[in-house]
Formats: sequence, C-alpha cells, structure tokens
Amino acid sequence: MSRVLDSWRKLFHRAHKDAELSEEMNSFLAEETAENEARGLSPDEARRQAHLKLGSPRRVREDVWQQNSFAFLDGLWRDVRYAVRTLSRSLGFTLMAVFVVALGIGANVALFTVVRSVLINPLPYRDPGKLYTIYQRGPKAAASPDKEHFMPVDAGSAQEWRENVGSAADLALICPWRQYNVSGQSGQMPEQVDAAWVSANFFPTLGVQPILGRPFTESDDSPSANATVILSNGFWKRRYASDPGIIGRQIILDARPYTVVGVLPASFVYAGSLTGNTNQVWVPVMHEIPQELLHIYNDHEFVVIARLHQGVTLNALLDQLGALQAQIKIRHPQGGVHEGASGRSMLDDSVQDYRKSLYVLLGATCCVLLIACLNVASLLVARQAAREREHAIRAALGGSALRLLRERLTESLMISLSGGILGLGLAWLAVAWFTGARQDMNRIEAVHIDGMVFALAAGLILLCALFSGLVSAWSGRSRAIMGVLQQASRSQNSGGAKAGLRRILLVLEVGLTVVLLTGAGLLLKSYQHLLKVDLGVPIANTLTLGISLPDGRYKAALQQVQFFEQLIERVRSVPGVSAAGLVTAAPGQGWGADRMMSVVEHPPLAKGEGYDIMARGADPGYFAAIGLPLIRGRLFTADERLTRDHVVLISERTAKLLFPGEDPIGRHLRSELGGDIYEVVGVVGDTRYEVSIPMQATLYWPIYGNESSAATIVVKSSTDVNTLAMPIQRLVASMDPDLPVANVMTLQETIARSTVASQFSSVLIVAFALIALLLSAAGLYGVLAYLVTQRTSEIGIRIALGAQREKVLRQMLLDGLRPALLGLALGLAGSVAVVRQIQSMLYETEPLDPAVFAVVAVTLLLVAGFACLIPAWRASRLDPMRALRSE
Amino acid sequence: MLKGTLDMMVLRTLVTGDAHGHTIAKVIERTSEDVLEVEQGSLYPALHRLEDRGWVSSYWGTSENNRKAKFYKLTDFGRKQLVNETNRWRKMARAIAMVMGENVLTHDELPQGGKL
Repeated sequence: MSRVLDSWRKLFHRAHKDAELSEEMNSFLAEETAENEARGLSPDEARRQAHLKLGSPRRVREDVWQQNSFAFLDGLWRDVRYAVRTLSRSLGFTLMAVFVVALGIGANVALFTVVRSVLINPLPYRDPGKLYTIYQRGPKAAASPDKEHFMPVDAGSAQEWRENVGSAADLALICPWRQYNVSGQSGQMPEQVDAAWVSANFFPTLGVQPILGRPFTESDDSPSANATVILSNGFWKRRYASDPGIIGRQIILDARPYTVVGVLPASFVYAGSLTGNTNQVWVPVMHEIPQELLHIYNDHEFVVIARLHQGVTLNALLDQLGALQAQIKIRHPQGGVHEGASGRSMLDDSVQDYRKSLYVLLGATCCVLLIACLNVASLLVARQAAREREHAIRAALGGSALRLLRERLTESLMISLSGGILGLGLAWLAVAWFTGARQDMNRIEAVHIDGMVFALAAGLILLCALFSGLVSAWSGRSRAIMGVLQQASRSQNSGGAKAGLRRILLVLEVGLTVVLLTGAGLLLKSYQHLLKVDLGVPIANTLTLGISLPDGRYKAALQQVQFFEQLIERVRSVPGVSAAGLVTAAPGQGWGADRMMSVVEHPPLAKGEGYDIMARGADPGYFAAIGLPLIRGRLFTADERLTRDHVVLISERTAKLLFPGEDPIGRHLRSELGGDIYEVVGVVGDTRYEVSIPMQATLYWPIYGNESSAATIVVKSSTDVNTLAMPIQRLVASMDPDLPVANVMTLQETIARSTVASQFSSVLIVAFALIALLLSAAGLYGVLAYLVTQRTSEIGIRIALGAQREKVLRQMLLDGLRPALLGLALGLAGSVAVVRQIQSMLYETEPLDPAVFAVVAVTLLLVAGFACLIPAWRASRLDPMRALRSE
Repeated sequence: MLKGTLDMMVLRTLVTGDAHGHTIAKVIERTSEDVLEVEQGSLYPALHRLEDRGWVSSYWGTSENNRKAKFYKLTDFGRKQLVNETNRWRKMARAIAMVMGENVLTHDELPQGGKL
C-alpha cells in the first residue's frame, strides 16, 4: 500500500523526485572528482573522468523514470493531452459527440435510478423478503387466470385466517382506504386525512418501531378499549410542528377524541398499491370496525400482510388459506365469498402498476444510448477516414498498430467521459424532475442517486468508449499502408469500405429509431384516446367537493340529512351556480362501491351468482348537475330521499344487462348482500367511474336513504367554475367550522389526474423518439455529406463530361436513402415484435395500428429525405472546374 | 556484468552497513580487485529499482567528506531477497562451471542458503 502511495507521489512530484535524483548524482560526481584529484589528476580531467563514470545524467534520469510503475500512466496522460488537442481542433464534431453521449447516458442513468429505487431496492422493513401481501382470488380467477386474482379480503375471512393460520406465518390486517376529519384545535383548519385501520401486530410484523411512543398493543385493538392513534411522521411534522409532547395528547378524529400513542419514523411508508403513500393516521382496526362487519363475508375491505416463518413457502401458505376459504364458502353460501387466496411479495404488490411502464421507458433509454453510441462510432469512423493518410504515414514510419489503437480508444474515452459527466448532471436534473412529476407513484420518495448509479454510469461510459473506439479502429484495420498512401493522392473512392461500415451503422440506427417511433406513436395515440374518452357526461364547468360528516356530531341520520339539505339549498343560491347535487362518487372518481344484484322477476340464479353493479347514492338534483340524461321513467322525488322506499334508478347499460328486451320500469332488484328489494323507477345515461375503464352497469339509490355520511357535492356553473370553490368552502365553514372540505377539483382536473401516468410515459417516449429521429437524421446527413466530399472530383468529372445534374442529384439521394429504407424495413419488422410488449399500456389502441405504422414510415422517410437532400443538392450544383482543381 | 548481478551485489554491499551511491560503486570495484566495474549509468537506475521494490530504503545524510548524500539501507525484505538471489546465483555459477568442465563441489557440499 505504501509503495503504491509512493509511486503516486512519484507521479505527481515528478519534478521534485527528478531534482532529488540530480542532487544525488551531483554528490556522486563531487565524491568521484575529489577522489580523482587525490589520485593526482588535474581538476578538469578529474571532473571529466567522473562524468565518464557516471554516464549521461539525462539518460540516467530517463531510465529511472521509465522503471517507475506509473510510467504507463504517464504515457496515458500524454495520450490524453494529444486526444484533447486533436478533439479541440474539430470542436463542432466533439461537442456534437459529447452531447449525444450525454443524452444517452443521462437518460439511462436517470431511468435506472428510478427503476432501482422503486422496483428493485427492498422495502424499508425488517427482513422484507419474507413479507407478502395476501388477497382473495377474485371471482374471475378461473376464467381469466391473470385478471382479478387480487381481491381485497372480507373482514370475516381475514379474522378466520388469522385465528387458524397456525405457525406458518404472522398475519397482519390493514384497511388502508379510510378517511377521518381532523378537527381544528387551537385555531387550525379542519382537514380530511387518509387513514388506515390496522391490527395491533401490523407494525411489529413489518418490523417498524415508532420513533416516539409505542406501537399498538392487543388491548388497544378492541371495541372496548380507549381510542388510540399513531401519527405518520409527515403529519406530526406538518400539523403538530414535530412537538415531542404529542404522546398522550388527544386529537379529535371525526368529532371523537383519540389519544396519540406513537409517531412513526420518517422512513416509513405503507407501500400499498391502491392508495399511494398518503396514510397519515393509523388506528386499531377492532376499535373502529362495526362489529357486524366482522361477520360479513362479502364486503371486501382488507389487505392481509403475511410474514412467513422459517421454512414456509408462499404457496404452502396460500394452499392453507385456500383450504380455509373453501370451508368458509361452504358455511356462507350466499354470494360474494371467493374461493382461494393469492399473494405476491409486498414489493411486487406495491409497484406492479408501474413496473411495465418503467421497464418500457428503460428499454427506450437503452435504445437512445445505443443510437448515441452508433452515432459517435459513425462520427469517429468518418474522422478516421479523414485522418487515414496521417495514420498511414505514421504506420509507415514505424508507429505501432497498438499505439494507434490506444490513441483512438483514448479519444473515444475522452468523448464518453465528458459526455458521461455531463450526462450525470442531466440525470440528476431528470431525477429531480421525475420525482416531482410522479408524486402519485409508490416509493417515489425513495428515489435517489447512489454509488451503484455512479458505478452504472462509469460502466456505460466505458462501454460507450469501447464500442465507438473499437468500431472506428476496426474500420481502419488492415488497410494496406501503401495502398492508402497511393490512393490518398488520387482521392477517388478511397472511403468506400468506410462508407460501407457507416451505412451498416446507419441502418441499425434508423432501425432502432423506427422501433422507438412506433412505440411512441402507439402510446401517444392511446393517450389521446384517454383524453378524448367520453365520461358519459359533459366535463366542462363542473366542480366537485367532498364532505364527510363525522358520525360523532351528526349521530342521527336525520341530522345528516338536514345538514346536506341546508347545504345544497345554500349552494344553489351562490351566484354563478346553475345546478348542484349530491352523489357518493362522481364519474371519474374511482371505484366507489359495487353490489351484487339479481332480478326478482327472473328465475333465480345459481347460489352465489349475481350481477356486479356499481352502486351510487344520489339526490334528485345530481342528475341535472352532472348532466346525466333521464332516458325512461322518472327521477327520485323529494320524499324518497328521506324515506327508505327502496327505489333505484339504473343506467342504460344495467337495463341492457339485466332486462334485455324488457321494460325495466317497475321491475325489482334484490341485493345479494342484505336481501333488500328495490323497485326500478327510471333509466339514466351511462358514465365511467374511471377514465381508463369501460362503462360499467350502475345503479343509483336515494343518497339519504342509504344513510351515507359522506357525499360529493357536484356543482355546475354557466361560467368559470373555479371561482366557485372559495365561496362554497366559506359557506361550509359558516355552517360548521370543524368540517373540512376535501378534494376540491373540477371534473377536468379529475381526468387529468387519472391520466397522469399515461401522459407521462407517452410524453417521455415521444421525447426519446424525437431525439432518436434527430440523431438518425444527423447520421444520414453526415454519411452523405462525407460521401459527397469524398467523391467531389469524380462528380466534377462526370458533370464536366456532360452528366445531367438531375441524374447526379437522384443518384446521391438514392445513395443516402438506401440505408434509410433498409433501416425502415428492419425497424418496422422489429416494431411488430416489440410493440406487443406494451400492449397492456395501451388504451383502445391496437399494437399493430396501421395508421401509426404508416405515420412513422412517412415521418422517417421525410426526415431522411430532407437530411439527404442537402448534400445531394450540393453535389449536383458542383462547379466541375473547381471540383477538379480542388484535387 | 551479468544481467541482474548488479542488484545482488548492491544488496550484498549494504549488508555491512548503510552507504551512499559512490561508496557502493567503490566497494564493488575494490572488493572485486577492480575486475568488476559498475557500468556507466547503471548504478542509479538499479538503486531506484531496488527502492521501488522495497528492498532498500533511503535517507539523506552527510558523507565521510562532509557532503550531503543519499544513503541506502537494506530492508528486512531486501535481506530475504538477497538470500534468494545469492542462492540462485550460486546455482547458476555452478551450472556454468560444470558446462565449462571445471571441478565443482557436489550438491551436498554447497553452502546452504542463509549462510552469508
């Protein structure tokens, strides 16, 4: 080690070491001279003899330096300086190459950072490899094996699983999609927060310890216990200013006091796939859950987290739970009980929504990097050709082939290194932008650039340097030196072989570009479909606001009804409001709720069968406010809102599904959940509950009759609906200052939010495809421009001999377009294979969409044609005299 | 001078004590009764080579004539190497002697390594 340090010191203190050696030799000379004089020689002769004995000091110094273990590095340093000099001589070329590499490496490093942090790095829990998320197998598991495998678990089954699992695993329960109103205390605004119900063993199962206070105990987790709550770190920081005295204090959730027993670490997020990372308060499930729900087996609300014990496999656990589930189904033959259990690692579960699109993006960036490498190689090959004569002369003078190769590799290394460093900067910016743009993504807060990423960047730089350096060196191999020297004086066609290699590089480049373009085209088309998607209702000038009444203060159903009655009356009188109504979940706002229904008048279905129908509570004003047309029958009457007369409206699709060829009005539906019977009084239009999901059969019942304490206010305006948000919020505050208004959004914003992922992937891929297109165009232009200069005198002669300029133009164009056409064919063939991989990311777009393929082909031909036209035109305009004289 | 023997002789010289370049050259010449002469320009590269390998270490001091000089010192590692080098050289010398038809000691009569 010390020797290595010593050698380094020698490398960097060369001057010092050299001076020391000179001094040492001087002392030798002095000794020898003195000795010689003592032997009786004259002073001059004594010094001469001494010098003779020592030999040439310069030579000695050289020799000493040469045997230094870092002489190699010294040579490298010389190469680097040489490379920098030659590269800076053609600055345009160098900058172009560096920028190309920076783009390629930057995009790759950024995407790799995200992929690694989100998809690959283990979850921040203890021994995360043993954690699995367990669901029930959905009803369609048998029919379509890859869909609906993962159904949330009903409370009843989850309880039985936990009691009977034995020693195979620890099972923890979480119901992550709850919400609470946090009342304003000491002057704070009330707010609605996302919450989770968890079993007492939830945090111990994950291996997460609160940083303040304690986890839940089994005694917290019971209906009779005192109400307790654990806060997320972010919520504690934001709302309670990181107050360490929070433990033991009471906060008001839904108008009931809860004692804070713990605060979670900042690193903790629940990586559930359906909710994002927004859960801010955590309460014990058994304290909150209505006891009757524990005995209901078809209300799917829970996710089960399993920590497998030593020696137990996931399949063994799933078999065990599946067997339990089969018994449960026998005991509860009514509908909605699912057979079997499915599970996947908690990591897979939390990122499965993004896996595909991230890998597709990573694939696209790899394409860009490859294109960048091909481009740099092609540029180096061109330069190589220009310097062929110089190299031939040097080879003739005895320059070793290895030396020339080293020089070329140093050059490409310099380009890749500068590009790589610039690329790292770009990657850093890109990662910052990415994490900002995709807050909806699970684990996005874990994204960071680390040592591994730097290692990857270094690897990419080396790979890029080796690839482009070796390709260009290969292009210069085995050219007979004399041949080159002779040819170089008669320059015609000397670059033939090199132009051939460049054409091959170009074909590959164009091919990759075409693949990227098709992918981008398909995603863009799919995104446009999403944007144009028909929600079934007009989306302009519609505002939605969420209000959830705390059960504590609005205990009686009548109180809730009265509050909403008053509220909606007052909202209607706000200036600018043209219509207002209430619904449990507005179109585009997600799943909401569904019910299993059957038709009373029809022959009974097999046990457990039923129609899965989306269920919404609505008041009569809702349909006008949202713009859903009444097609048959009538809407609810005012008193039907308050009584529980069991009337429903159904959507057109429901009518077609349940009553084909019949008049549904006056027929009855039976709920498989409670057995209640509802009379169909009207048919309204269809809507979508989520943008990317097709229209679903839906039914509406009177909102108050359903005793719902949460509602979405839908407000329609004839003018700009955004100006209504504040007055309505003020109105709510004036009625109940403790009542938060959540999710104030226009319908347009709702749609924008649900298309963000699709927009994101398509925008990025389009950007990559455009970069690729630009690089290919530059490549095509470069090759042809090079060919023209190579053949200047030949073309000059042909024009002088009477060749028509149009013919020259046509031939040069064909020359340039041939590799483009070949690349296009190759790329289209490649696309057919590749686009199937992104099929699942497409919305109402076929992977082999002929329009997209046609547009890609035309775009590429246009760009290629334009890139070739300029040099071809220049060739056809050549002045024959000047061309010949340039020789 | 045979290739590699200079290094060995330099090390051998240093067994008796630290010395600077001039002394080392002188000692080699004197003890060989002026048969062996340290070649032009070969001494300092050899010294630096030995130092690079860690067989000798160096320090600045004052020579017997009160001049500033760089002294070399045999390291423990260098001492071990000297034994190896000497053994190798002895085998070589014996082999050459046999080829040249000289009378040589049998293998058992050879002085064993480590006895300098």
